[in-house]
Amino acid sequence: MALILDLLVQGGQMALVLALSPLLTGFVRKVKARLLRRRGPSMLQPYRDLLRLLRKEVVLADNASWLFRVTPYLIFAATWVAAALVPTFAIGLKFSWTADLIAIIALLGSARFFLALAGMDVGTSFGGIGSSREVMIATLAEPAMLLIVFTLALVAGSTQLSMVAVMMSQPEVGLRVSLGLALIGLIMVAIAENARIPVDNPTTHLELTMVHEAMVLEYSGRHLAMIEFAASLKLLLYISLIACVFAPWGIAAPDSAPLAYAIGTAAYLGKLALGGALLALFETSIAKMRVFRVPDFLGAALMLGLLGTLLLFVSRSL
Amino acid sequence: MTPAATSLLCVAALLATALVAVPFGRRARATPAIYGASLAATVVALAGALLHLVAGGTSEVVLPLGLPWLGAHFRLDALAAFFLVVVNFGGAAASLYGLGYGRHEEAPHRVLPFFPAFLGAMNLVVLADDAFSFLLCWEFMSLASWALVIAHHRATDNTRAGYIYLVMASFGTLALLLAFGLLAGPQGGYGFAAMRAAEHPPLVAALVLGLLILGAGSKAGLVPLHVWLPLAHPAAPSHVSALMSGVMTKVAIYGFVRVVFDLLSEPSWWSSMVVLALGGATAVLGILHALMERDLKRLLAYSTIENIGVVFVGLGLALAFRAEGMGWAAALALTAALFHVLNHSLFKSLLFFGAGAVLGATATRDMDRLGGLIHRMPRTSFAFLVGCAAISALPPLNGFASEWLAFQAILQSPQLSAWGLKIMVPAVGGLLALSAALAAACFVKAFGVTFLGRPRSDAAAAAHEVDRFSQAAMFILAGLCLAAGILPGFVIDAVAPVTQALVGDRMPRQTGVEWLSIVPIAEGRSSYNGLLVFLFITISASLAVVVIHRFASRALRRGPAWGCGFVEPSPMTQYSGVSFAQPIRRVFGTLAFRAREHVEMPPPGDMRPARLTVQMHDLVWDALYAPIAGAIGFAADRLNTLQFLTIRRYLSLVFLALVGLLLVLAIWP
Repeated sequence: MALILDLLVQGGQMALVLALSPLLTGFVRKVKARLLRRRGPSMLQPYRDLLRLLRKEVVLADNASWLFRVTPYLIFAATWVAAALVPTFAIGLKFSWTADLIAIIALLGSARFFLALAGMDVGTSFGGIGSSREVMIATLAEPAMLLIVFTLALVAGSTQLSMVAVMMSQPEVGLRVSLGLALIGLIMVAIAENARIPVDNPTTHLELTMVHEAMVLEYSGRHLAMIEFAASLKLLLYISLIACVFAPWGIAAPDSAPLAYAIGTAAYLGKLALGGALLALFETSIAKMRVFRVPDFLGAALMLGLLGTLLLFVSRSL
Repeated sequence: MTPAATSLLCVAALLATALVAVPFGRRARATPAIYGASLAATVVALAGALLHLVAGGTSEVVLPLGLPWLGAHFRLDALAAFFLVVVNFGGAAASLYGLGYGRHEEAPHRVLPFFPAFLGAMNLVVLADDAFSFLLCWEFMSLASWALVIAHHRATDNTRAGYIYLVMASFGTLALLLAFGLLAGPQGGYGFAAMRAAEHPPLVAALVLGLLILGAGSKAGLVPLHVWLPLAHPAAPSHVSALMSGVMTKVAIYGFVRVVFDLLSEPSWWSSMVVLALGGATAVLGILHALMERDLKRLLAYSTIENIGVVFVGLGLALAFRAEGMGWAAALALTAALFHVLNHSLFKSLLFFGAGAVLGATATRDMDRLGGLIHRMPRTSFAFLVGCAAISALPPLNGFASEWLAFQAILQSPQLSAWGLKIMVPAVGGLLALSAALAAACFVKAFGVTFLGRPRSDAAAAAHEVDRFSQAAMFILAGLCLAAGILPGFVIDAVAPVTQALVGDRMPRQTGVEWLSIVPIAEGRSSYNGLLVFLFITISASLAVVVIHRFASRALRRGPAWGCGFVEPSPMTQYSGVSFAQPIRRVFGTLAFRAREHVEMPPPGDMRPARLTVQMHDLVWDALYAPIAGAIGFAADRLNTLQFLTIRRYLSLVFLALVGLLLVLAIWP
């Protein structure tokens, strides 16, 4: 019985992230539109877009290979699994020990690896420009992220997100310099990873400034739907990650009563809304960078991560 | 028969095969016979080593060869058994691949005798239990591989590669000779047992470590001793490149581990800092070089340097932990290093086999003349893709499992007490993370430019799939990359006797853990389950495919790619390897290679095309090797006059030398 309940909660989390991620994307778009004094599309628009794309036929470039057709599903699956392993409303789920934070980052890395390959598959210049810029960004964002993970793991004594969340809600952790550095670094990495302004613009239609959109230029129909879905899931994942690590309040403990789960879910929805609103506010208040300014931006995140880790190596209390 | 004797018999079979190949190498039937015999011998040796690794214990053989008062000692313990598994597995895969690939060899008599000899020599180095046999077999291994490097000696640059390799190999052996001399001490205890028992003063320990970094490090490809590796490894036939990159560098690591962890009494903690710094620098510089490369095999060779760096980071951490008495952490770091040794031998052999298949099908290694091979060589490209994903440390493949263990080891290091290490280890962790990310970029480039897109030359457009033997070798390796990735616990348990012997501790037993997860320290701290990750991804991807095809749409139409209004753009407008690496060159290359770009823009009205020239420097070569080569050349020029003297002058020179020596003897205290 306990096992079935565990599986139900785990399955609930998988379904929850899947159901919520387009809503989050729609919410961010809505807030952005409001900040720009536009009315904006309905928050449910991403669901409609996905359904419309799913029903359309796929137009495949002549020399697209099997890799091009498999990639969208692989990316979707890897991102979904990663998103479902980040604690949202409860910690200590049945399969939460399957992958720790390092493995979750690496899963996202797998998704990016295949997306970059798919960008080069058709053999147009746009795919190539997108892929080469994406891997350039990734070569800085991934080490920065890993150093931030080191910082968190050293504070919490664990790379398991559930344990990190428990540790972070303890009073003895308190305010620390290294955690502050890690938070800033993590936000910078999250912006880059999700192709948001100022690193990339998800709504751009000018080919030369595109990174992520250039890679997926040849995708259409259900394939594009999978990729868009994966992008929404990734945004949700990063906001959940920041919420779980830096604001673990209200999150339900393992084997708690249904009421605790309900409180956890409500708290989680609140955190998502806050995170989405802050993202929209940040995006409307800043301009996009030139591509070759991005290394400076991410280099700063890398240095913050390194500094945070170094402080912890030198003193356990900083 | 003892396990050591079995291994020696396999070596004898390999050497006999080599001898047979000398007179019969030109015959058409020799190729399958020689590779078949090598395959059989290495498979038997592999089985023996595996059984011994599982069963444990040590077995020794003394042969009446070599120095009269010493004999040739051979010993098979857990460490040797582990490396024998790596050597013979790589050897068996290369022999299987050679059964098919070797048929296209133009000069088989230059390859066939040396291939089994090279395999036998690598086995002997791992088995040797005294300094004399070790050095002899080491030199034999170097020479056999050198002969294979210059097998195609008429191809441009191959003789130069062979020359530089020979110089570096001799230099490395000299360093090892001195190291063993110091270890043996004034009594001349050349057996490894005597060295193990002896107590070495700190100065000797430091000198030995330095000499080993020179000797074994140059063979493994540590920066700055790596310069020969990207020249020599690609020059050999592809299955030999796989052996050199995947296996011979591991034998060098074996030499380092054997001496530093086993024979030498404990070196002081700062020596681990040297190893860590070299490992981190090697990892990043190797993969940056690989990214800039357009020759597919040379790219793989540079990536070998990166992986050697990762292994040395693991070894350096193990040294640091051992010096501080943290046995469990040392076991974790050493396990990570050894696991990565195994993984690298698997995926690097696979990738070189794939590169060989591409070379055989298109007769070029230049990636910027390839492209679109995924349509023409579907099986090769699939296996190569698995190799690329594994070497880029993507879960759930094996490369990730070992890098994950290395990161876990780094996370244990704040408990170290030495301040230098406290500051160094996070920086090295950052370098390791950077090299992993760069490796992913590098192999997106390697696969994307070679196999995806449209063919950039007629040869690439007319390529054809390789033979069954080569495919079998590649698919076996790809399968093992996946198996070691989703069931890492078995490998960790197999390595446990080695770490027990070398650092006196082992990682907790993994095979009993629920769901076959791996738990390096405790479940609360970290755990990873490759099997479940693999299953979850497979299930959710299949679920998505089924649901979408069943309930949404399965219609598909082919059409031309979006060309921005240009019709039928030339394949040369695609991104090439060089242009793919351009953003990374601008970010990292200006510092690492002093890369400069210069655009020559013709004046308006001039019809000439604009030209982009990129200048890059290999700073290690410019700063270290060019001055040495210059000095030697200068000295040789000056000494050249000595060649044309009269007999009188020669006699007076001899007399002066004699007087000088006598003076030295007289003054010597």
